[in-house]
Amino acid sequence: MKTLYDKLWEAHVVRSEADGTSLLYIDRHLVHEVTSPQAFEGLRLAGRKPWRIGANLATPDHNVPTQDRDKGITDPVARLQVETLDKNCQEFGITEFEMDDIRQGIVHVVSPEEGATLPGMTLVCGDSHTATHGALGALAFGIGTSEVEHVLATQCLIQKKSKNMLIKLEGKLGQGVDAKDLVLAIIGEIGTAGGTGYAIEFAGEAIRDLSVEGRMTVCNMTIEAGARVGLVAVDNTTIEYVKGRPYSPEAEVWGRAVEAWQDLHSDEGAQFDRVVTIDATQIQPQMTWGTSPEMVVPVTGVVPDPAQESDLVKADGMQRALDYMGLEAGTPCSEIRPDVVFIGSCTNSRIEDLRDAAAVAKGRKVANTIKQALVVPGSGLVKQQAEEEGLDKIFIEAGFEWRDPGCSMCLAMNADRLEPGERCASTSNRNFEGRQGAGGRTHLVGPAMAAAAAVTGHFVDVRSL
Amino acid sequence: MDAFKKFTGIVAPLDRSNVDTDAIIPKQFLKSIKRTGFGPNLFDEWRYLDRGEPGMDCSGRPLNMDFVLNDARYQGAQVLLARDNFGCGSSREHAPWALEDYGFRVVIAPSFADIFFNNCFKNGILPIVLSSEIMDELFQGAMGEQALELTVDLEAQVISLPNGENISFEVGEFRKHCLLNGLDDIGLTLQHVDAIKSYEAKQQQNAPWLFTQ
Repeated sequence: MKTLYDKLWEAHVVRSEADGTSLLYIDRHLVHEVTSPQAFEGLRLAGRKPWRIGANLATPDHNVPTQDRDKGITDPVARLQVETLDKNCQEFGITEFEMDDIRQGIVHVVSPEEGATLPGMTLVCGDSHTATHGALGALAFGIGTSEVEHVLATQCLIQKKSKNMLIKLEGKLGQGVDAKDLVLAIIGEIGTAGGTGYAIEFAGEAIRDLSVEGRMTVCNMTIEAGARVGLVAVDNTTIEYVKGRPYSPEAEVWGRAVEAWQDLHSDEGAQFDRVVTIDATQIQPQMTWGTSPEMVVPVTGVVPDPAQESDLVKADGMQRALDYMGLEAGTPCSEIRPDVVFIGSCTNSRIEDLRDAAAVAKGRKVANTIKQALVVPGSGLVKQQAEEEGLDKIFIEAGFEWRDPGCSMCLAMNADRLEPGERCASTSNRNFEGRQGAGGRTHLVGPAMAAAAAVTGHFVDVRSL
Repeated sequence: MDAFKKFTGIVAPLDRSNVDTDAIIPKQFLKSIKRTGFGPNLFDEWRYLDRGEPGMDCSGRPLNMDFVLNDARYQGAQVLLARDNFGCGSSREHAPWALEDYGFRVVIAPSFADIFFNNCFKNGILPIVLSSEIMDELFQGAMGEQALELTVDLEAQVISLPNGENISFEVGEFRKHCLLNGLDDIGLTLQHVDAIKSYEAKQQQNAPWLFTQ
């Protein structure tokens, strides 16, 4: 009896050392401009070539501008990095969706959209949010640049197996509660280091009920709970999602693949090193108040008080977070007023996310206290789809800016960033100090909640609108 | 990668938990296409009072004297003490590059984020996990009037304090071997070319859909 993680792992071990260190074969490698240039340079210096060119798929996302694309990238340092990716991909023959390609976007949105992420694969990228792809039953994790070079050169990585954790979401999510609320509540429950050393499988009715896009939102933030790997077992929802995409198998191979994918679940009675059970019916819409994703409360709640925390190191961290965030303990969440709203990132920039946000924005106006409200689709194809559905018009009429795809204000490597002291309702994944711009203050929420904050001017339970 | 040798170095105590890689090296410096030169921007937002940008000469920037690395006691520190979940967040290897470029050889914490932990070994930095109790003692020692100096012996897996106390630590056999000998992972893996090729051939038969391009 094996867990899903055990199965995926074992199917990819090329060889093992006595201490369990294994050489793991990698099926798919996603490449972006920030963590790859030094890896390509390393290959060149050593006179090496990529092991299997077709395993790689590249697109620039972190640095790309989200407006005035036709003018190119004005920041010369960012431009050089994107041009370096273009040059490296050309030199080594790697497929790249360049900045002007409709398929360009955030790697973690692009790959599943293209069918380049398939169930049962091992998939890596020099980006911690690679856990996203576990939503399709792929063993996917983020790596550093040395490992990017390693996988380019050998199609393998030297890894040690993680422990198994099962997070079981029992019951159904309430109306108006989404995948983001679910994962924020999980992180609040187990903490940002709760998953360290584990591969987490998410299971239970609330997970089964989610679309693949919702599952991606959950797996995406596994790293915010400390785990490199997040997984959801393959079911018909997964198979329906994968079918007919450009990289998906066809005809006879499709049939064989689907048959093999039937086994991509944990066996009945498989042993997990840790099991966490959460009552999904009790989860409320969530928002973070502090500078770590575990500093999260229901939007109906108040900012917590460090004086109530018995762990002194933790209390000190809470006080530091309150000071940084410019908040007082005991403040109701609904009295917190953002200056900026950001809807986007590899967590929440897919078509369903945009539909959720648009449903709230429709017929309403962004509050006049909001300085900027951005909607940044996850890929050119998501943008196109949204425009076909008229979502862009809804956003623009409400007073949002409708931008081109990229990572944008999630990490503010391009021009989209917070000014010191600015407060943001953000659908991204990290509320670290300075993450969205030096001195910026981030509150993480789901897309409907972000839109609700935009149109009311304060955080609000979206179910009350 | 240089081989990791036994050394004695000053300890700098960074007394906060959940230090993320965005804090270790802020995003604007990630635009570099080089592997070196990140040391002056290590902990940039905490270390300086102004806003750092790539290419800036850091020697004249106003320092935040409350930040531990700007304390006279800790100049030239080679060992960093940290709290729980050090290196969480982004997978950026620029974080260990910055620590290494600054001069750190060892980071000691009660727990580390997985990706960061792994990245350290690829760059000649030894991350050591010790219990919170021992960490508290080390923090206390390092925050005294005189800086604390530790000797780190990877071969023996022992940290020695000036008072003669020895603290042993765990490290995976394979990683220890690579670090002690300064071995290049890629070179090691390429010794197994035949195993990789035969695995690949088998998979191409059994699961051809994994090779779509």
